[in-house]
Amino acid sequence: MNPITKFLLEVQDISLLLWRAIKGLRKRPRYFGEIIVQLDKIGVGSLGIVILTGFFTGGVLILQAFPTLEVYGAQSSAGQGVATSLIRELGPVLTALMVAGRVGSAISAELGSMVVSQQIDAMRALGTSPVRKLVTPRVIALVVALPLLTIAGDMFGLFGGGIIALKIYGLNLNVYIASVKSGVAFADLIGGIVKPIFFGFIIGLVSCYKGLSTTGGTVGVGLSTTNAVVLSSVIIIIVDFFLSKVLQGVFSSTLF
Amino acid sequence: MSLVTETKEVRENDEFEQDVSGLSASDRRTIPAIEFQEVDLAFDDQVILDKISFKVRRGETKIVLGGSGSGKSTVINLILGLIKPDGGRIIVDGEDITEYDDQELMRVRQKIGMVFQEGALFDSLSVFENVAYRLIEENVDQDEIEHEVRRMLHFVDLDDAIDKMPAELSGGMRRRVGIARALVGNPSIVLFDEPTAGLDPPTARTICELAIKLRDLEDVSSIFVTHEMNNLDYLSSEYAIVDEKGDVHFLPEGDTLCLINTEVMMLRQGKIIFSGKDEKLREVNDPYIHRFIRGK
Repeated sequence: MNPITKFLLEVQDISLLLWRAIKGLRKRPRYFGEIIVQLDKIGVGSLGIVILTGFFTGGVLILQAFPTLEVYGAQSSAGQGVATSLIRELGPVLTALMVAGRVGSAISAELGSMVVSQQIDAMRALGTSPVRKLVTPRVIALVVALPLLTIAGDMFGLFGGGIIALKIYGLNLNVYIASVKSGVAFADLIGGIVKPIFFGFIIGLVSCYKGLSTTGGTVGVGLSTTNAVVLSSVIIIIVDFFLSKVLQGVFSSTLF
Repeated sequence: MSLVTETKEVRENDEFEQDVSGLSASDRRTIPAIEFQEVDLAFDDQVILDKISFKVRRGETKIVLGGSGSGKSTVINLILGLIKPDGGRIIVDGEDITEYDDQELMRVRQKIGMVFQEGALFDSLSVFENVAYRLIEENVDQDEIEHEVRRMLHFVDLDDAIDKMPAELSGGMRRRVGIARALVGNPSIVLFDEPTAGLDPPTARTICELAIKLRDLEDVSSIFVTHEMNNLDYLSSEYAIVDEKGDVHFLPEGDTLCLINTEVMMLRQGKIIFSGKDEKLREVNDPYIHRFIRGK
């Protein structure tokens, strides 16, 4: 099969999976308990790495930007730089990439193992739809958890930037906070929340699809896991570009 | 009341409920539990099943023999609707499921119990949760679930394993839990997909005894896919009875009783090369069948 046909078939399969996951919401049973379990695993479980990533990203942004701003005497704008970079781009994208690595791989490996050990077949044989039971709760949990994780990442990024600005460069904290406030517009906040919703969808769908389409035993599980993380990450970065462009148009902001 | 008798009574009640849909119990018995009519299946250029037709009568066990890649497990996957045939009709419990969508298949699958090769237990769930899975999904009352799970675990002689996780069980125990899970909800059809593969002979014998009990004491129709001749010997030459104390005994068929509810079907390269009684199978003058039976 040539690569283009293979790609188109995968897009078709992922679209069908999305449609069936959405349809699963309308029918009973709805597995609310499973959604809560996944929210805990995905949301609470990923909080630590997201906070660490956000903190040090904010810190490194100040570390790199401050000396340059100092040359132009614009040190007081350091907070603005960190805030706009983090909330518009780095926060959503880095959080999504971290979650893709941690959660996407786990979902793909779990579902892949269930496929090769016939647990998915057993589930269907017992009259349960694996899409409704496994895919829908995971996608919903990711769509809900990722914006919240992004907010946590952004906040700790700003906090990290403030700490570095204060401790290394001696910038007054009030100046930093005022600069952050002036640098963040309402449109930035909306954009910073809309993007993770799309990224959550992407991670959930790609990981579940890769897991459920596993073939070739345990080797296949490893391959599915790798593919899920790589594909989710690449799609996130591509979709981020187009989302930024769309949000630019919606909010008429040249800085998106 | 013995557990076995109790199961039978529940099934009779189920049948009564089904009778309301229009057919009397005697009419229902004349409808085959499973019927394949000229079923075709191919993956790309490879023919998996080539116009195969057969019936499994009510209460009958059909032993499906064949080497690896002969299409044995595919037959089971087709009955469950996990794959669709390219041509022909598949009729389960009087319903033509060939064109059924997922929703309709889910309903049909509730009449069928499936025992997988390695058990296919859900690793993250305990034995109790595995066996109770179908009932939990149907929001059955907690006390009823507990009662049903204990009854099924007793049937497979695994009362003590109720709180264990699948990782703590041996291969034979996993298969027996798989059988208990398949029997919850009293399915009228049970499908066994090589349930004794990789097991030591005494454990394999235990699995066969469970299949015999289902056939003779529970009136279950089943398909038993295997490539092991020992399984054929047990299933086609022994029957189960319950004595006054409720104990189950396995006796060989002989002058007093001849088994008529077990047939053998042999597949080779997607075609049925034999269908009939085990005695006939041993008399067939076919080099492949000879080699399969004798291993040389």
